[in-house]
Amino acid sequence: MKPARFDYIRAGDIAEAHAALADHGNDARIIAGGQTLMPMLSMRLVRPKIVVDIMHVAALHGIAASGADIRIGAGVRQAELLAWPGLAEHLPLLHAALPWVGHAQTRSRGTVCGSAAHADPSAEIPLCLLALDATLELSSRRGRRRVTAADFFTGMMTTARADNELIEAVRIPKKPAGAGYAFNEFGRRHGDFAIVACAAVASGDTTRLAVGGVADTPALHELGALGGKELDDALDAFAWALDARDDLHATARYRRELVRRMGRATIEEARACRD
Amino acid sequence: MPRLSAAERHTVRFTLNGRAVEAQAEPRMLLTDFLRHELGATGTHVGCEHGVCGACTVEIDGVPARSCLTLAVQADGATIRTVEGLAPEPGRLSVLQEAFRRHHALQCGFCTAGILMSLDSYLRSQPDPSEQDLREFLGGHICRCTGYVPIMAAAMDAAKRLRESPSDV
Amino acid sequence: MSSVANSTQWCGQSVERVEDAALLTGRGRFIDDLGVKPGTLHAAILRSPHAHARLAAIRTDAARALPGVAAVLTGADIRTLSSSLVVGVKAPVECWPIATDRVRYVGEPVAVVVAASRYVAEDALDLIDIDYEPLPAIVDPVAALDPAAPVLHDGLGANLASERAFRYGDPEQAFAAAAHRIAVTIRYPRNSCTPMETYGLVAEYDAAEDAYDVLANFMGPFSLHAVMARALKVPGNRFRLRTPPDSGGSFGVKQGVFPYIVLIGVAARVTGRPVKWIEDRLEHLAASVSATNRVTTLEAAVDADGRVRALAWDQLEDVGAHIRAPEPATLYRMHGNLTGAYDIHHVSVRNRVVLTNKMPTGLNRGFGGPQVYYALERLMQRIAVELELDPVDVIRRNLIPSGRFPYRTATGALLDSGDYVKAFDIALKDGAFASLRERQAKARAEGRLYGIGLTAAVEPSVSNMGYITTALTPQERRKAGPKNGAQATATVSLDPLGGVTVNVASVPQGQGHRTVLAQIVADDLGLMPADIRVVTDFDSGRDAWSIASGNYSSRFAAAVGGAAKLASGRIKARLARMAAAQLNVGVDEIEFAAGKVRARGNPDNALPFTRLAATSHWSPGLVPVENQALRETAFWSPPELTAPTEGDEINSSLCHGFIFDFCGVEIDRVTGAARIDTYVTMHDCGTILHPGMVAGQVTGGFAHAVGAALYEEFAYGDDGSFLTGTFADYLVPTAMEIPAPLILHLETPSPFTPLGAKGVGEGNCMSTPVCLANAVADALDLDAIDLPLTPAKLAGHIHGAERAPPQRPAAARTGKGRALHGVGEARVDAPPETVWRMLLDPGTLAAIIPGAHGVAKVSDTHFRADVTLGVGPVTGRYKADIRLSDLDAPRAVTLIGVVTGALGDARGAGRITLTADAGGTRVTYDYDAEIGGKVASIGGRLLDGAAKVVIRQFFAALVRHTGGAKPGFLARLFGRGA
Repeated sequence: MKPARFDYIRAGDIAEAHAALADHGNDARIIAGGQTLMPMLSMRLVRPKIVVDIMHVAALHGIAASGADIRIGAGVRQAELLAWPGLAEHLPLLHAALPWVGHAQTRSRGTVCGSAAHADPSAEIPLCLLALDATLELSSRRGRRRVTAADFFTGMMTTARADNELIEAVRIPKKPAGAGYAFNEFGRRHGDFAIVACAAVASGDTTRLAVGGVADTPALHELGALGGKELDDALDAFAWALDARDDLHATARYRRELVRRMGRATIEEARACRD
Repeated sequence: MPRLSAAERHTVRFTLNGRAVEAQAEPRMLLTDFLRHELGATGTHVGCEHGVCGACTVEIDGVPARSCLTLAVQADGATIRTVEGLAPEPGRLSVLQEAFRRHHALQCGFCTAGILMSLDSYLRSQPDPSEQDLREFLGGHICRCTGYVPIMAAAMDAAKRLRESPSDV
Repeated sequence: MSSVANSTQWCGQSVERVEDAALLTGRGRFIDDLGVKPGTLHAAILRSPHAHARLAAIRTDAARALPGVAAVLTGADIRTLSSSLVVGVKAPVECWPIATDRVRYVGEPVAVVVAASRYVAEDALDLIDIDYEPLPAIVDPVAALDPAAPVLHDGLGANLASERAFRYGDPEQAFAAAAHRIAVTIRYPRNSCTPMETYGLVAEYDAAEDAYDVLANFMGPFSLHAVMARALKVPGNRFRLRTPPDSGGSFGVKQGVFPYIVLIGVAARVTGRPVKWIEDRLEHLAASVSATNRVTTLEAAVDADGRVRALAWDQLEDVGAHIRAPEPATLYRMHGNLTGAYDIHHVSVRNRVVLTNKMPTGLNRGFGGPQVYYALERLMQRIAVELELDPVDVIRRNLIPSGRFPYRTATGALLDSGDYVKAFDIALKDGAFASLRERQAKARAEGRLYGIGLTAAVEPSVSNMGYITTALTPQERRKAGPKNGAQATATVSLDPLGGVTVNVASVPQGQGHRTVLAQIVADDLGLMPADIRVVTDFDSGRDAWSIASGNYSSRFAAAVGGAAKLASGRIKARLARMAAAQLNVGVDEIEFAAGKVRARGNPDNALPFTRLAATSHWSPGLVPVENQALRETAFWSPPELTAPTEGDEINSSLCHGFIFDFCGVEIDRVTGAARIDTYVTMHDCGTILHPGMVAGQVTGGFAHAVGAALYEEFAYGDDGSFLTGTFADYLVPTAMEIPAPLILHLETPSPFTPLGAKGVGEGNCMSTPVCLANAVADALDLDAIDLPLTPAKLAGHIHGAERAPPQRPAAARTGKGRALHGVGEARVDAPPETVWRMLLDPGTLAAIIPGAHGVAKVSDTHFRADVTLGVGPVTGRYKADIRLSDLDAPRAVTLIGVVTGALGDARGAGRITLTADAGGTRVTYDYDAEIGGKVASIGGRLLDGAAKVVIRQFFAALVRHTGGAKPGFLARLFGRGA
């Protein structure tokens, strides 16, 4: 269980990373924290010609408040964000969800943007980015663009990133006054990818529920101010629309049921903590 | 840094347990293999090579991390601590190691190095952990022998002793 | 020597372990920590992605040509230089460590590459090209018995490998007279204790002496030494087997390294170099050993008050793809204990052993006990429920009464000692059972799902090497000669400075044997444990050993500890005679204490132990030969371990501990997750030598049992694909999932062992899974429940019927295989005739098959293509073979596709129907696909995603190609994995 051969380059700046991506396209793989890429390399599921290490690019580091957003660079590790003093105030949903990402021993290396790039449908970070209407900053030699999380996650481990593009950062809107947030997850063991994870954002008369672990991508549903049986019906329709996965760990029917029940509980929790 | 070619071996240098070390590695070599078979630091063990079991946990630049999920070339220039660097001096065990021995917190000892490296780091940042927090942290490791009960006891005991005598290691 | 005055009894104390200082400082000596000789090569093994397939061709040229590769071996090479492993039943069937003509389980070795490094060896694996001709696979043991089922081994003619019926007492009469007949049927799943260190070995072959020398983390039993030597075609004395000083856990599992010792031994012979192989975790999960899965129907004849008069067992044991030694031992290990802790006089048994396309089975902590007690203790709960009795009363009423030990069970076991009723009563009291009942009542009053489970069990240890022959008929046994006993060995020697060394063949895997042996011998010789050096790394060329040697069947404390006590006693007797002569007192006046050998009445009349112990080295002339003390080896085999009788009664083990467990479990109404609220486990394991280690054995076994009950399963798809190939899918519990049980003890020493000790390490693996299941059944009011108790399974009993979907349903399918099913439709702006022509045209196919590099037309209805497929970053090149059938131009056609590649394989069939629709065509399709191979084992959900993507891409491209792409086309598709 050893990786196949590849070249390695430690990019010193963004241009160097862009150059490697431009030259090799899908045969190049960015490594940041490596917590997901490394097992795939060792199992030879992924066989890049070149691995581009971006963790020494100074411009990719740092968490910054930028207008209404918090900008998290591609070099920011999950543990670093979890320890960031502004997290609970500005990004309370991530404050609740990050402890569910792997284990302390993997959060220490794994990056926020790396989790987004990998786009595992059961991962917590893509789910939160979707719930929070975050934007990904992509760049290549040819230019820069921004893609919303809703447009970014296109399928099972598949994203809108072009082969020559680097995720430079993710921008997440700061918590608006009065919004309430909640996160719940169920997995077989603590630290596992979710069987079902729910993230809810409630603000005024709007309620957004995002669920992960159920379908090939995290999915978002707007539930407005619905309550009572109407909310149950809406969640039921959402659950059925998800094309829920049936696997070793849980049936599709089970996943749908958790969307209904855990989804409702999460919405109520988020509404209750609106301030 | 120049591009390192796939088929060649390259010099990798870092600080291991306070000493500068170097050896040769292909870009694809895992840090576990580099530590164990190139540098001879065999105290770090390999349990799954896919980042789940925690046996290979070492401290990289001050934080616990899976060495099987790290390339040797990524570690170039880093500061690494392994289980061989835990004891304060030859013939004397650290407070944590002593607690493990006292509580029978190891049986086969294969997973132990990784757990010690995790806990050593954790207790420095969280000297007074709750039982639940400690359990959650320990949840990043698999032990097949002990059932975790004595490990929890040893870790709580070590935390207490370190709080009472902070100058101990 | 550091002896100081002491009067301490070391046994019974939780002394610090001598093993720990090295292990805690990274100085352990596990097999992969030891250096190898210069020039040692490294092996990697290519494994089957198919559950069942004929090996049509293996092309190894490209692999051999890779720089750094020394050899590539296939089954043909292994057949030339070795012979089949001996099989434990009388049947015309072979068992090779590598596939020879066909593969029979996912993970079966197909080729071995030997190269300069493991990295290069794995590079070469990628270059081996194999043509498999897939055969239908059989996964379910009941289905395997069907005469129409595919047969794994032609020599057997069927999948039934062994069948025996047994009758003890008069079960027919007891059932006829019974007030009630109550039965359970259970399906015990597959799992494994997965030690943290995988298999590893270094093999060398000495051509000059025609001898093998292998260092491996093998754990015994050394009866397998004979199996390996015969397979390697050398006499036993030319197969030297050694073990490293440390081994990273085994729990039975490292018995299973033995076929690899043969395989890599041959590789060393072929290359003329030492060859090292370290199994990786993926190999371990797919192809080491599994515990057996078993289908059991157990019926009881029961009195109105719950007293069980007779049992009728029907056990169907699934040993996987081969009858690999020592199977079918799992089935017979418990044969003497089929009545558990109960006084039941009449028993009938039908035992069948069946082969299926799954990993071969072998030793695993509990070894047969979990399967037996799951049936027996589920039955005891059902008796209580059906007769509306208190389960506490049902168990107590049936326990073997106090004062009846040694007790001979109906099936032949001699239960050495115990007071089951007393232990039971103590546990209920000290474990606060009454307050648990109150807790349950309160929880239920609040609408919570809370259940209580109970289990009583007898834990056998020190197995009788003869029990496995119960699988043979008395006639077959007479022909083969009786097998019995369990030789334990220990050697105690004195060095010229008077130091004491103990050597044993117990091959510890973390259980602290060195510490306990030091305690035992220190007590015997009046020394400190630190004065005793214990060596446990094993060498079959130098150590005293026998077939029963090794680390299994919880035999250490009772058998090996006992043998060490005997060897030490013999040294001591000689030293005592020597001392009596020098101190001028009678031998019976001599005592060993505080590092001295002295006259009991006059402690000043003494000799230092070291001086006396060194005498026979320095001054043998001064000591009569019969008093000389240098080295003593004790062999001990208890006389109680006799061969099976003509009536098939078998004392399958020497010692029998008693366990009584109870627990409270709460089930979450939303998630179905089971939470262990409280767990009490009472053990009588005889004399306790080291309380700390006994506690560790109990908590460790308990954790394995919780894993087996709630989390772990080696799962297979219906097609034999292996679904739990990583630690992300084979779920080993962590500290977050394992609570601390309350452990209670009663000590009734075994009269049959020198120290009164019995085994203790396996009991909770037998008692705990069913105890938890009983609690879950109680909480949810279930008649039947099988392991593992997953949240989704339990939720199925809580959530009730699902609301109907608001729109058109996706095809409802359940199961855990890799079967995919989907339907879809699209409208195309071209008439059916045009679409039809396109479907049969290679040019169109090349354009619409996702990732196709070109399509070759074999015939009008048969095409081949090279395709690149993938999901996200996981891509690979595959060969696609596509056939069209059931052509109904221009209305309908069936597409059958087979895709094979390094990452996996898929086969599927889709029916495409074309209907004219307002100048265009409505295309509808309905497909089924099955996916197997490497990715199925390590990332099944990836594959499901990939297959869905590929199928959608195919139809999207078809629509695009015909010029009919419609907005929202993809949105109208729906398909789902099932």
